[in-house]
Amino acid sequence: MGDLALAAAQAAVTDAFRSEWGRVVGYLIRVTGNWDLAEECAQDAFERALERWPRDGVPTDPGAWLKTTARNRAFDRLRRTRVGDAKLKEMTMLTPANQPTEGGDTGIDDDRLRLMFTCCHPALPIEAQVALTLRTLAGLSTPEIARAFLIPHETMAKRLTRAKRKITVAGIAYRVPAAHRLGERLHAVLVVIYALFNEGYGASAGEELIRRELCAEAIRLGRLIAELMPDEPEALGLLSLMLIQDSRRGARVDATGELVTLEDQDRTLWDQAEIAEASRLLDRAVRLRAPGPFQLQAAIAACHAHARTAGDTDWREICVLYARLCDLVPTPVVLLNRAVAIAMADGPAAGLALVEELEQSGALRDYYLLPATRADLQRRLGRHTQAADGYRRALELAPTDAERRFLTRRLSELSSDPR
Amino acid sequence: MRYALLVCVPETEELSEADSERQYGEFMAFQDEMEGRGVLLARERLQPTALATTVRVRDHGLVVADGPFAETKEQIAGFYIIECADLDEAIEIASRNPGARHGTIEVRPVWEI
Repeated sequence: MGDLALAAAQAAVTDAFRSEWGRVVGYLIRVTGNWDLAEECAQDAFERALERWPRDGVPTDPGAWLKTTARNRAFDRLRRTRVGDAKLKEMTMLTPANQPTEGGDTGIDDDRLRLMFTCCHPALPIEAQVALTLRTLAGLSTPEIARAFLIPHETMAKRLTRAKRKITVAGIAYRVPAAHRLGERLHAVLVVIYALFNEGYGASAGEELIRRELCAEAIRLGRLIAELMPDEPEALGLLSLMLIQDSRRGARVDATGELVTLEDQDRTLWDQAEIAEASRLLDRAVRLRAPGPFQLQAAIAACHAHARTAGDTDWREICVLYARLCDLVPTPVVLLNRAVAIAMADGPAAGLALVEELEQSGALRDYYLLPATRADLQRRLGRHTQAADGYRRALELAPTDAERRFLTRRLSELSSDPR
Repeated sequence: MRYALLVCVPETEELSEADSERQYGEFMAFQDEMEGRGVLLARERLQPTALATTVRVRDHGLVVADGPFAETKEQIAGFYIIECADLDEAIEIASRNPGARHGTIEVRPVWEI
């Protein structure tokens, strides 16, 4: 065999891993009911593909080959145990691997969708939901997930084990929820995908490569759910929102690794193809006439994306969108962002009043962006002593080095100002 | 699947006779509905924790004391054992219990041998 053929077969396995892993695991969980067995046998099937495909050629339907191989492996392993024997009888009654489940491979009856809803069941802790989604659906290994979340491998392994145990012992059903529960459960899934995205987007220093991978995985999962549930406007809204945020990736950090605010970003570096796709998705979502928090956030992000310069930003429109967002989800973070928009539309004093109100309510006490925002508005009002206090407080709370450096820079700009 | 639903409610609140009667009626309605549905295996209402006694055996022997020591605001006021398809159904049943509106229902899977 030539090197080229070998490389082609290996590339085919890598491609199949990306596109088929979630399907193979999802299918095996459905037929065996055993999450660990499903993961192990899926892993085996991909290892076998690495041996066989270079020798025998890539099968015409790689997904079906992988499912059949993984299922046979599961059969073999179950045959060796008594509990497995009973399970096996049950399994042979089920549909063979190469046939789609009832309803076909797209639409509501997809194994990956089942997997997603089960991983994101609200009875599981949110960190476990995110980790389980990455492991079973996206196929990241436990050490990779542990690295991405900056926690020890052992801790992550325990977290995954506990989550899988709870699914089995507490009887979390492996299915897409009933229609009357679908709305709230879909929201939970979207929140997990967005948390994943933000985990990657929030940090720009340190583990940058792995972090970027998290954003890419979140977008991939967002695409999947938007494709599987094309009439759910919030799923389209989330994908649109992530794409717009991702379009700024190249402009968010400068050559020296420093954070650049939206206002100061070089807008020619924004990925216009992503922005265009995001706009199309948002248009589709809006036509479904069921507004929701992700669509509104995407619409706000789109206002920024379509402004050619920071000065062109339509802050009036953004204020209107924030008002609607506050009606739906009046969380302190949304209120803080709205205060910033109002400061841009009506002047820093109007925004500052809202920020101070928020501060007095005691919300966001440990959130660095609260004192940082107050300090920015005070700076713009010329109250430099107060602003300096705010930046110092924000510095104590800021989570990453890049953010601390940014605040230090702002603080030093103040001190060099004669006023 | 069998689950225990532990009804945890604040004990501090003093109810008027009318409210107390209304609440009793609501719990009875829940119970009737669940019996009709065939999911109820057992149920008990408990006396307040003021009437509870704690028992421990330690190195120095038997220690009997008044009340629970837990300082939590919500206390277990009663429990149900139910049998249903899965956690989603157990959650649905728990959400219909009147205690869920002012307290918390803890849904615990029963240890199956």
